Amino acid sequence: MHVIACHECDLLNRVPHLPARGVACCARCGGVLLRPKPDSIDRSLALVCAGLILYVAANSFPFLGLKSGSLVNETTLATGVRLLYDQGLRGLAALVAITCLVVPAVELITLLYVLLPLKLNRVAWQAPRLFRLLGHLKSWSMLDVFTLGILVTLVKLGHMVEIVPGISVWAFGGLIVVLAALSAALDRHEVWERLGALTCKAR
Amino acid sequence: MQGEVTARRAGLVACHVCHLLCRMPRQGPREHAVCPRCGSALHRRKVDSINRTWALLIAAAICYIPANLFPMTVVYALGQSQADTIMSGVIYFLQTGMWPIGLVIFVASVFVPMMKLAILCFLLISVQRRSRWRPLDRTRLYRLTELVGRWSMVDVYVVTLLVAMIKLGVLASIEAGPAAPFFAAVVVLTIFAAESFDPRLIWDNLEDDHVKS
Repeated sequence: MHVIACHECDLLNRVPHLPARGVACCARCGGVLLRPKPDSIDRSLALVCAGLILYVAANSFPFLGLKSGSLVNETTLATGVRLLYDQGLRGLAALVAITCLVVPAVELITLLYVLLPLKLNRVAWQAPRLFRLLGHLKSWSMLDVFTLGILVTLVKLGHMVEIVPGISVWAFGGLIVVLAALSAALDRHEVWERLGALTCKAR
Repeated sequence: MQGEVTARRAGLVACHVCHLLCRMPRQGPREHAVCPRCGSALHRRKVDSINRTWALLIAAAICYIPANLFPMTVVYALGQSQADTIMSGVIYFLQTGMWPIGLVIFVASVFVPMMKLAILCFLLISVQRRSRWRPLDRTRLYRLTELVGRWSMVDVYVVTLLVAMIKLGVLASIEAGPAAPFFAAVVVLTIFAAESFDPRLIWDNLEDDHVKS
């Protein structure tokens, strides 16, 4: 039994011990207070490793090819960013690079850095600060939105030119699934509790 | 409303980042309290929430005008150029029978940004007028804007991909139009605006009334 303040309406709620896959909601506004996930840290670690491999694969091979006559024009994820930059749209290029390349990578690496020592009952140097950063980055990881963008583009161009999917399309598809599974498996509350308990012990 | 105590009334404060419940220490004007677990600054409510949200919202509304008036993409093909705004793109899809894609673009780039601007505006005004009207539904509206906002980026990504894929030199090429950065600015500003709004302000009005009576 512990007390949690709802972060949407500030009401203090008494929350009993929850079974696995249980959800605690605020009594007044219905906001989710607590949603414990089974084997959160183990599962998240496994998904982070898979995600890192897929991320590297998705960014090192050609993504989509465009066939016109005998000419195949291949692009990777970074090409679009570079071309926008060359056109003078630097802010836009930076925005796309941050939301689709930088933030997902930072997310995966930080999670690995925080969770792996936690699994071994240690706290990595500056782990709370980095995990805090991760909370701020949450809404800026937009690979899922980018996927919808790809679908729209394919339909838009599909009837004009022939499009050849590259190897990294498959890696990219896998990465989207893994990232979605990761956000479902990660229990931030549990990570904070364990970080808190371990840093208190160290003091 | 027996037994309904908020953290603020109990002299407690929940950390914005890790949600740890802390006792709010007495503090001088120049110091600020820090969460013992994650080290972020503790505030009872998000700092300057209403002013910041208004500022971001007005900036977004201003950027929304050029985002819709200027062309999003310019297509150069065989010596001719054709400019497309967001709406003309949607209409093109509807006319050529690809209405599902037209619908996706319309919802993501026209409906969602308008809805976000309208909802945040409404929430801010209702909080400033100390409204007690349906706090639960207003909280739900807020959750909706937080959830749906990022999907507006779709059009920005479509432009990026088009630019990347169609670069056949002399034959045909696509350039991002002047509206693209404005539209991206609208999306980014509204995401920041939704983040800086504090939904607890909606419920504080009920609380204050309660204390008076």
